[in-house]
Amino acid sequence: MSLAEPNLLTRIRRSDLWWSFTQHKAAMAAALLLALLILSAAFAPWITPQNPYDPAQLDLWNAELPPIWMERGQWPYLLGTDNQGRDILSAILYGSRSSIIIGIGSVALSLVIGISLGLMAGFFGGITDAVLMRVGDVLLSVPTILIAMLVSAMARASLPPGLREVGAGAVLILAITLSAWVQYARTVRAQTSVERRKEYVQAARLLKVPARRIMVKHILPNTMTPILVAATLNFGMAILTEATLSFLGIGMPPSQPSLGTLIRFGNQYLFSGMWWMVIFPVLQLCLLVVSVNLLGDWLRDALNPKLR
Amino acid sequence: MIVFLIKRLSNAALVMLAVALMAFMIFRFAGDPVELMVNEQTTQEQRQELRERLGIDQPVLMQFARFVGNAVQGDFGISYRNQESVMSLIAERFPATFELVILATILSLVVGVPLGVITAIYRGRWFSEAVQFASIIGVSLPSFVIGILLILGFSVSLGWLPAFGRGEVVQFGWWSTGLLTHSGRMALILPTVALSLYQITLVMRLVRAEMLETLRSDFVKFARARGVPAWRIHYRHALRNCLMPVVTMTAMNIGALIAFALVTETVFQWPGMGLLFIQAITFVDIPVMAAYLVIVSFIFVTLNTLVDITYALIDPRLRDATT
Repeated sequence: MSLAEPNLLTRIRRSDLWWSFTQHKAAMAAALLLALLILSAAFAPWITPQNPYDPAQLDLWNAELPPIWMERGQWPYLLGTDNQGRDILSAILYGSRSSIIIGIGSVALSLVIGISLGLMAGFFGGITDAVLMRVGDVLLSVPTILIAMLVSAMARASLPPGLREVGAGAVLILAITLSAWVQYARTVRAQTSVERRKEYVQAARLLKVPARRIMVKHILPNTMTPILVAATLNFGMAILTEATLSFLGIGMPPSQPSLGTLIRFGNQYLFSGMWWMVIFPVLQLCLLVVSVNLLGDWLRDALNPKLR
Repeated sequence: MIVFLIKRLSNAALVMLAVALMAFMIFRFAGDPVELMVNEQTTQEQRQELRERLGIDQPVLMQFARFVGNAVQGDFGISYRNQESVMSLIAERFPATFELVILATILSLVVGVPLGVITAIYRGRWFSEAVQFASIIGVSLPSFVIGILLILGFSVSLGWLPAFGRGEVVQFGWWSTGLLTHSGRMALILPTVALSLYQITLVMRLVRAEMLETLRSDFVKFARARGVPAWRIHYRHALRNCLMPVVTMTAMNIGALIAFALVTETVFQWPGMGLLFIQAITFVDIPVMAAYLVIVSFIFVTLNTLVDITYALIDPRLRDATT
């Protein structure tokens, strides 16, 4: 090769997407905020004053403390404590951790399922396609939140009590995935059935490239743009769905609270004047989802060729 | 047209059958309901009798056929929890949910359409941008958060509005309404706002997008050239062209609103179907869960099918395009 292949970093810096990113202040702010939130959640055990999941570290003497800038506020409980002496800031950072993990997990799982089924349906057509799209129709004809509730309710009813708490996160990921994959499958399928008639795919077929290789190496890259946007926005949706289920009491258990569980606790103390128990988890949840949605909005516009 | 109708209706029936199967599956997953309903003193004969009364001594396929047959006639069996007819439990709660959803829909149109028009006409001005940004935040706030914030603001701090319950209601036969009493109306305000906020942002964004598209079209340019006053172009000509998709989305979203109402109902302890469903989940009261799922999906599917058929009636091109 006479032309040196530019390395990944240079390629990113020279791309249209990066340029559009540097032009868009809201997107940059959102990315910065999101990075901050994810990092603080990831390193929660090293930066928080206590482990809120460990009952031995909770002290009832420190219960119901207001945030530090208020009269009875106490170091190191920056945002105050709840009725059991749990530091709110620590609980929020740990809670964001489970919210983010469940969000990423469900998006990843539904991407894998949705993309592979969509590719197969679009590429092979026929019965595979018909069955898959009918299943998708059924899932879309029931509101997402209901499907997620049903799955977690079923899991609660059928899992042994010991597994229920440990498996809560996995159940939530499954519950959210079950309705989220359809969107990816439909998008990929529509694009695939267009692409497979094009000449480059015909050429690959004539060269006896295996079907799986054609799908993954040749067609898939051409379907990724709308998928990327949908995945970003669905990450926000997944976090919201998880929070809603936990708030309703059928998500993460009280022993390992997510943001939704924390808001549920706080909600029970709404009338006792301990507003910090509910406001700060709410704020964290909103920051998380707003930053994801802002990024998604920017990405959608930046990748839309009509708006160039 | 008849072919289209049959196709569309059989499709809807298929979806409902699948939903019924899903609802039925919960029964299979949840273990023996008789064990949940009885106490230690129940004799074996009583258990057997209960088993027969619930119809769970028969083969699975028979049970499913019976479940569907009964559901079509509006019979969802008896609640495991208090052994009342599920249908009457739901019928009792339905008016509360319906009232909330209809009011939220009306509110979303009354607020969303003007906001959408204004942000489209005055695109780029600071207040349109502010509304646009607020709508992103509105989409990002889950409805339970909105509910909590409203309670914190208007009930806890200001003490203006009640935070839970329906207030006093007036009964008309099996229907009940809170619209006729003062406390009923006050109790409706916060839940309605909480439920409609997301819908408002959707309506607003849709109207804005449609308006921007229409304002670029030739007939608007022509009207401008003819010297038609701006307000007349905006509100008589352009807005009318945008309303069709808005009506479609509103009709389709009523089903989703009924489903989402369960979150609002939990926050405000609103005695509707959603709260019944949440309580049913806590008590593993499966007939109520199954009935709720089937009924909400039925409303959802019926509305979607009606919208599709109406579209096909208006626009014949759609009749053979949909596969």
